[in-house]
Amino acid sequence: MMRAPAVAIVGAAECDLGVTGRSILGLQAQAITRALADAGLPLRDVDGLATTGVSRFSTTQLAEYVGIQPSWVDSTFTGGGAFEMFVARAAQAIEAGQAEVVVVSFASNQRSARSRSLAGVLETHTPEAQFESPYGPLHPISHYAMAAAAYLHRYRATREQLAEVAIAAREWALLNPVAYRYGAGPLTVQDVLGAPVVSTPLTTGDCCLVTDGGGAVVLTSLDRARDLPRPPVRVLGYGEVSTNTSMAWPDDLATSGAAPAGRRAFAMAGLTPADVDVVEVYDSFTITVLLTLEALGFCGPGEASSFIQGGRIRPGGALPLNTSGGGLSYCHPGQFGVLLLVEAVRQLRGECADRQVPGAEIGLAHGTGGILSSHATVLLGVHR
Amino acid sequence: MSRSYPVPPPDEVTEGWWGATRQRRLVLQYCADCDRPQHPPRALCTACGATDHLGWRDASGEGIVDSCTVVERAPSPDFTPPYVVARVRLAEGPVLLTNVVDIAPYEVGIGDRVRLRWRDLPDGRALPVFGPASPRPEE
Repeated sequence: MMRAPAVAIVGAAECDLGVTGRSILGLQAQAITRALADAGLPLRDVDGLATTGVSRFSTTQLAEYVGIQPSWVDSTFTGGGAFEMFVARAAQAIEAGQAEVVVVSFASNQRSARSRSLAGVLETHTPEAQFESPYGPLHPISHYAMAAAAYLHRYRATREQLAEVAIAAREWALLNPVAYRYGAGPLTVQDVLGAPVVSTPLTTGDCCLVTDGGGAVVLTSLDRARDLPRPPVRVLGYGEVSTNTSMAWPDDLATSGAAPAGRRAFAMAGLTPADVDVVEVYDSFTITVLLTLEALGFCGPGEASSFIQGGRIRPGGALPLNTSGGGLSYCHPGQFGVLLLVEAVRQLRGECADRQVPGAEIGLAHGTGGILSSHATVLLGVHR
Repeated sequence: MSRSYPVPPPDEVTEGWWGATRQRRLVLQYCADCDRPQHPPRALCTACGATDHLGWRDASGEGIVDSCTVVERAPSPDFTPPYVVARVRLAEGPVLLTNVVDIAPYEVGIGDRVRLRWRDLPDGRALPVFGPASPRPEE
């Protein structure tokens, strides 16, 4: 079994969120400088950089922009969950001595730039362009819609149960002043079910926001972390799996392929889901959360739709989930994974004010990319 | 629904599959080494890794709706909602992404038996789509 690395997250920050009118690189610079200030580290100490979504040459573009020549970079592109994979790779690079201070960052101005399309990005040389796009699926929404349809059908779960994911996310967002829906008031089942249908059974109420935003986290060795101002948030375990890129390839849409990622992370950390105090899972769509909770072992197959009821995942509940308000009500800049890490770190440091989970010591961040295509789990811990 | 959507041209791997659609034949790629079908066609067998003995066999055209969604917003001006995007599991095993047609969109359900239909493309190829397996009474 792989052992936990002696690596910690020592800085975390958001760039401006929402509708910023700013450029991608301008937002990236905000995220990076704020995260380094949080860490108490100067930019010149950064020798590792991981990012996506800047340009075709994302890491060299960003490295030049901020004026560094890193000895280690990673731009693995697996969709919005890539940032949980970056944590794993950064931890390995730090342990191998290839880098000492790694910044993992992302920023997007997709709402200001109106750069998001319901069709997704068509690459004409791919099999999907020949065999799937001609049928007009919304990408990624129709895949998650078919997963939701399969799930509801198999387990006789209801649309009302699914809506709880969005309602709980809103309850958390009402406690987070920088959330896009802060001040928007609570959400009801009728709000979610009565919202415009996008791709059945999903309405706009089931879909994540389209906003600008991003963030960064800073990683270094546990030894160096001990000299820094913030409590080190240790990387306790990680695991990942990549499963598919097309809508037709997965054998069973009612089950996420994420299970091996969670198994690997929990095994490395020597923990189980019962040990986790705060859960940050990628909520691209309401159904994503149900599938992920089951795949990670928080409940059994088909149980998540009832497991999340009764306030369990809301503020004050037994399983605090997506405490920022999530992609559904806080911020979704196209690739949300880095903000899962930022929120987990803040919760473990006890910095979350009204939405703070009391005494949280173990946090989980789980990224999902593409159309349930890639899955990566990170377990984090702090001694306070 | 999809009248003018530009379907990319085949490549050297997929030309046999698209060529068959010109004769309104739905084929599946089979590996002669391990006798397993796969879709979409590839330059290797994902079951055994073989590259040499991949060929085409006619599919029955029978399938079952594995999952489906009614699309209510157009991904591009080529499409006019509402229409059904579905995963159809063919009798031979592979799943195809497709449309279910000749039925009201909200009447399509998981587990429905469906049968092959064709939608013509301007260049003589055709897209396999699916409709109800048994004729339904006029509504």
